[in-house]
Amino acid sequence: MTPLLEVAGLRKSFALVGPKTWAARLRGERPAVRAVDGVSFAIAKGETLGLVGESGCGKSTVARCLLRVIEPTSGSIRFAGEEITALDGRQLRNTRRAMQMVYQDPTAALNPRLNARRTIEEPLRLHFKMTSAERRERLNEVVAEVDLGADLVERYPHELSDGQRQRVNIARAIAAHPSLVVLDEPTSALDVSLRSRIILLFETLQKRLGLSYLFISHDVATVKYLAHRVAVMYLGVIVEEADSASLFAAPHHPYTRALLSSVPAPDPDFRGERLMLHGEIPSPTNTYAGCRLQNRCPLAQAGCAEPVPWREVAPGHHVLCHLA
Amino acid sequence: MTIDIARAAYADAPAATDTAFASFRRRLLRNKLSCVAFCTIVLLVVIAILAPWIAPFDPNEPDANAVLQPPSWAHVLGTDAYGRDELSRIIIASRVDLLVPFVSTLLALLIGSLIGALSGFRGGWVDQIVMRIVDAVMAFPAFVLAMGLTAAIGSSITNLILVIAVTQVPVYLRQLRAEMLREREMEYAQAAQTVGNPTWRIVFIHLFPNCFTPLIVQATLAMGYAVLTLAALSYIGLGIQPPDSEWGEMISEGASLMVTGQWWLSLFPGIAILVTVLIFNLVGDGLRDLLDPRMRGK
Amino acid sequence: MRNLLEVENLVVHFDTDGGLVEVLDDVNFTMRAGETLGLVGESGSGKSVSAIAVLGMIRRPGRILAGSIRFEGIDLLRLSEDEMRRYRGRRIAMIPQRYRTALNPVISAGRLISRLFEIHEGCSRAAASRRALELLDLVGVADPPRCMQQYPHQLSGGMCQRVMIAMALATSPRLLIADEPTTGLDVSIAARILELLRDLSKRTGTAILLITHDLGVVAQTCQRVAVMHAGQLVETAPVRELFRSPAHPYTRALVRSIPRIDVEVKLEPVPGTIPSLRHPPTGCRYRNRCPHAMEICQHDKPRQAAVGLDHEVSCFAFGEHCDAAA
Repeated sequence: MTPLLEVAGLRKSFALVGPKTWAARLRGERPAVRAVDGVSFAIAKGETLGLVGESGCGKSTVARCLLRVIEPTSGSIRFAGEEITALDGRQLRNTRRAMQMVYQDPTAALNPRLNARRTIEEPLRLHFKMTSAERRERLNEVVAEVDLGADLVERYPHELSDGQRQRVNIARAIAAHPSLVVLDEPTSALDVSLRSRIILLFETLQKRLGLSYLFISHDVATVKYLAHRVAVMYLGVIVEEADSASLFAAPHHPYTRALLSSVPAPDPDFRGERLMLHGEIPSPTNTYAGCRLQNRCPLAQAGCAEPVPWREVAPGHHVLCHLA
Repeated sequence: MTIDIARAAYADAPAATDTAFASFRRRLLRNKLSCVAFCTIVLLVVIAILAPWIAPFDPNEPDANAVLQPPSWAHVLGTDAYGRDELSRIIIASRVDLLVPFVSTLLALLIGSLIGALSGFRGGWVDQIVMRIVDAVMAFPAFVLAMGLTAAIGSSITNLILVIAVTQVPVYLRQLRAEMLREREMEYAQAAQTVGNPTWRIVFIHLFPNCFTPLIVQATLAMGYAVLTLAALSYIGLGIQPPDSEWGEMISEGASLMVTGQWWLSLFPGIAILVTVLIFNLVGDGLRDLLDPRMRGK
Repeated sequence: MRNLLEVENLVVHFDTDGGLVEVLDDVNFTMRAGETLGLVGESGSGKSVSAIAVLGMIRRPGRILAGSIRFEGIDLLRLSEDEMRRYRGRRIAMIPQRYRTALNPVISAGRLISRLFEIHEGCSRAAASRRALELLDLVGVADPPRCMQQYPHQLSGGMCQRVMIAMALATSPRLLIADEPTTGLDVSIAARILELLRDLSKRTGTAILLITHDLGVVAQTCQRVAVMHAGQLVETAPVRELFRSPAHPYTRALVRSIPRIDVEVKLEPVPGTIPSLRHPPTGCRYRNRCPHAMEICQHDKPRQAAVGLDHEVSCFAFGEHCDAAA
């Protein structure tokens, strides 16, 4: 069965401009930041793929490319069997109905001049021909799904609490019956006691509506809870991909191991394995021969400067590493 | 720091809301000064509209018997060199002095903000070209530009409106462009795109209203400036031509007579200009508060 | 052994346009010399305000209505501004929350630190520079001479945080207040900063008041924990005790609501919502969210009751009224 979303060889470079690059450009080079450098993954219907990584890894850029907010430099994105990188106009709008996004900052993602009702009804206005009464009915349905009080729909964003605003965002995303929702750090800006509630909401919505999620987050624990499969990104590439249980039980890539071991566990007696990378995340403008982690990896060897193989170390578990 | 904490502490709890009208009225009444100013503008407009019927004398009718009379019971603000009643002239002049600045400001606002919005949203070379044109226009001092254009195309009311509008367009254009540059980076702009809005809706329905409020305040201030520009043009003879009355032109006529002691001819039109500009500024402040949805709950 | 810090019956209110906000309600906690105490709570819990109160920086519209803050035996709230300045930044230092905006962007990192030596110890410029260099080394900066020359916008998040820590340590304070030191940092960088704090505390004997909402951070870094909810302190305990046998219903709910990577858990969100501090519930502020709420919870504020060694809870389910729940 074809997956709902298939991404292959996605690349996005941002050209560097400015005085420092003139010398290079005169030489004929085109200095650029390769924010996403060959990313491939697939999401099946009703499945959640978690995309984990730290700042600068390119996960947000992947999301923006998927939704065509920015244009990929190269690569293919097939959604429901159709190649969407070349679409525009009406066809792109149709795709946008089916592929939605929930943003990180619930306040910034809402137009301060529109109340909740108008915000949530907008996708309905844009994609369907509905009468005012039909829209109202759908609005009530959606508002009930996300557990937002019906009496709150006339309020403006500044009159709602953080959790309520995020629910409005979620309601807007599911109003037009999408099949895939990209969740870009949806709980990072929320209080701890709200987070679990929103995560459970996502879980419920997935079960009831058959949604697929691309769940982007730096909060590894949340990803573990919600995702069926997880991909770890570093400096524009996926370094490891596996189903959730395998990845957390037996991480292979040194970066994954370092990342997981850095997450502070809420258990004072926890003595997990601690793998430390030296240095800090390097500048994304560098180009790489071989493995991007070489300069920081405690297990690095001479052979790591060669192009890195994408190996399957266990069924469904792939790693981008010489040592796997 | 402590204020941030206080704000955060109670910001979490959602505030109760009134109906839109009740909150509008409450905020309207709260700013007393702006309220008074607003009423004064309404009064001025009414006076301007009813001018021909309110003026005690025919403003253009000379009266050889009542030349250069100081303020008296018969002629409350005195008469001019032709015996025309000052008060009537000031009242009749209010039509021009309110109409021209208002229409030219409105025109400049609409044109400037539209181009500014599109230019700011689009960016790229379109934006660059527009900005260079704006730079060129702004290189001229506004009044010099107004003088030049008026001298070139003549000083009918329509032409004056256009000229004053042209000198103001760059201001609104730049301001809205700056707002647009900031606003288009906001997450809700991106959300509007991913939800499926076509570009025109993103620009005009989502972004534009959020950029526009600062321009309202600017426009009311600028209306004051437009009054001054018109008066100055008329003062030097390029604006409204006699026998039509206009405050600036009246000041000009009375200026030479100040030396011989006829103080009322320049003073009263001058006060008229002062009051008009002042109340426009006050209304601008009040309008800004009124238009901000974030102030709704307060 | 005398406590380093004793906060007793602290009540802080803020007069805002929207009304009176009762930010802190009878807060009590203590700290010993050299220990790391975690102050845990969500937004509106009052943890940041408590820290600011210790530094004597509650200004209008905030006011302290009651209570005392004893540092090394002296009540800081009774001191004049001049006297307080001898403590602030010297014996009690703070690393504020948003490290990016807390550093003066037009002053180089080296100068930010060396100035402190010049001001507080009257060093010469050269001597101050040397001490700054040592300090940067102490906080684990990879290339101290280079870092000295850089300006804040040229520093990464982790480096900024290290510079802030260096600035705080310049005067060898007895108490270091770290307000959300890892928020906004990448996981791996955050882990290193926490390790640095643990390390420094051991080496220099500085006590650390660590303010955070992240229970994981607390578990890995702190020796004791104080949990706050809506301006009330609900539980204090040694860290192991808190995680093994949390007593207060809020603490228990909080622990159960966090997703974890080490074990499989069923997520249970904390019930209810954070109460408004403008019209806070009478008595115990958790009662509208608490599954064990009793009649008395509405009328009286719970007193601190001991439930274990060094483990205190403010809840009517313990202490004299101990009958139901637990």
